Amino acid sequence: MAVLLLAEVNSGELALDATAKAVSAAKDLGDVTVLCAGASAAAAGDEAAKIDGVAKVLVAEGDSLGHRLAEATADLIVSLAGDYSHIAAPATTDAKNIMPRVAALLDVMVISDVSGVVDADTFERPVYAGNAIQTVKSKDEKKVLTIRTSTFDAAGTGGSASVETIDAPAASGLSEWVEDKVAESDRPELTSAGIVVSGGRGVGSEDDFALIEKLADKLGAAVGASRAAVDSGYAPNDWQVGQTGKVVAPELYVAVGISGAIQHLAGMKDSKIIVAINKDEEAPIFQVADYGLVADLFTAVPELIEKL
Amino acid sequence: MKVLVPVKRVIDYNVKAKVKSDGSGVDLANVKMSMNPFDEIAVEEAIRLKEAGVAEEVVAVSIGVKQAQETLRTALAMGADRAILVVAADDVHDDIEPLAVAKILKAVIDEEQPKLVLAGKQAIDNDMNATGQMLAALLGWGQATFASELKIDGDAATVTREVDGGLQTIKVGLPAIVTADLRLNEPRYASLPNIMKAKKKPLDEKTAEDYGVDVAPRLEVVKTTEPPVRQAGIKVESVDELVSKLKEKGVV
Repeated sequence: MAVLLLAEVNSGELALDATAKAVSAAKDLGDVTVLCAGASAAAAGDEAAKIDGVAKVLVAEGDSLGHRLAEATADLIVSLAGDYSHIAAPATTDAKNIMPRVAALLDVMVISDVSGVVDADTFERPVYAGNAIQTVKSKDEKKVLTIRTSTFDAAGTGGSASVETIDAPAASGLSEWVEDKVAESDRPELTSAGIVVSGGRGVGSEDDFALIEKLADKLGAAVGASRAAVDSGYAPNDWQVGQTGKVVAPELYVAVGISGAIQHLAGMKDSKIIVAINKDEEAPIFQVADYGLVADLFTAVPELIEKL
Repeated sequence: MKVLVPVKRVIDYNVKAKVKSDGSGVDLANVKMSMNPFDEIAVEEAIRLKEAGVAEEVVAVSIGVKQAQETLRTALAMGADRAILVVAADDVHDDIEPLAVAKILKAVIDEEQPKLVLAGKQAIDNDMNATGQMLAALLGWGQATFASELKIDGDAATVTREVDGGLQTIKVGLPAIVTADLRLNEPRYASLPNIMKAKKKPLDEKTAEDYGVDVAPRLEVVKTTEPPVRQAGIKVESVDELVSKLKEKGVV
């Protein structure tokens, strides 16, 4: 058995944390070959070769693979699929865009957001916004899966896998890139940050969300938001933590003005330590918090910033 | 331009799913069911395209149990012109997998020839996030997933997508599949007169066999369990106590 693992590569750079976590999940399924694809991917390939447990790295560079357009990247993966029993990727927005397309082209079901590997055919995944964990056994000959990285520890580095360059496919002609609006930020990336500070509907406005950001900056943390806060326009969607947003598992998660809807809990309950600040002492967030503080966030957060 | 919108009947967004004690699944008997929230956003966007004069007809399609006709009536009450129900299951607990749904949708699309398919990005029951992408693959069409903005310009759609780290804008040639994310729009509530009118709008009923699609699942659900429960910790009385606890743990 062998695994083809699509590495997360953004603008030529390897997302090491996400990729190394997916390698951890995949390495019990067979020899892992990591595919680095992009307009430039060679440097990412060299870095991926160092991840422990990687047997081989394939690098495909070409304009058609730039900006991670699903069509060409899926075509590339399908062209390589013959050699592998499993095709996997960390469950990033890129992979969620690409992998179901790959699965359909191979006439197999995709297994999304795998949170546990039972055996080569059997996987656990959260459903119903995290209210249930389903164990599914695939009857398909090839398994196509995306891996929920927050439940796996990153594989170490120190390996030296061989790197092979392969051809990029032709452009699909179906879609073209126009522009990226990437939020410029010195803060750590949300899914790999050691500390995350998130705000919810209780923050009350987009302006007041600055308070959450100030606390995050004090802690060197990434900023997150509940779906309610995103829905209300207080925070951008790429900050959303939850079943329909990002899933995080930092050392410390600080939930401010977040009631704790199950869909939010699904995105953060694997955090090592959870702190909740909420004025409603009945808020469900306190049922998962290690340290709960019943207080008005507008007095507690400034005090916390001062005393940290 | 014709727009096709697939909609799924799922457990209502406000109902907490309960896992059956025998591990066989989530209990859906006597549970309020509604249109999948992301599909509601897709329906709304399609209707707005019609109101803007870009689309001429909006066709809603649902695949599942017979009761999904209620979901289609909701789409019609919001403003869809007609509906197609493809009955593919007898028991509400039998979820039709995205691959089978995509195959049935492909057959419907071969007949209907829409120029745009607007779908929700994810159903809130199986959380697969797959049907739109799989359908695009089967049709050989371009795909623009997780849309927060959609503009139709002649034979192309310009779509802003919600991606990790920010937004990406791409252009897809039509016909194409677009899947809706949370911020694309705020769906309207159907008014009472429109709910009444919807009862008279055409709703065709088909079966999966009519399209020759095998809906047997590829993924056997071995068991369904409650997620592990995290133990609640303690309440601290003050910010000072919180800071000292966090320092004890060495996390700040």
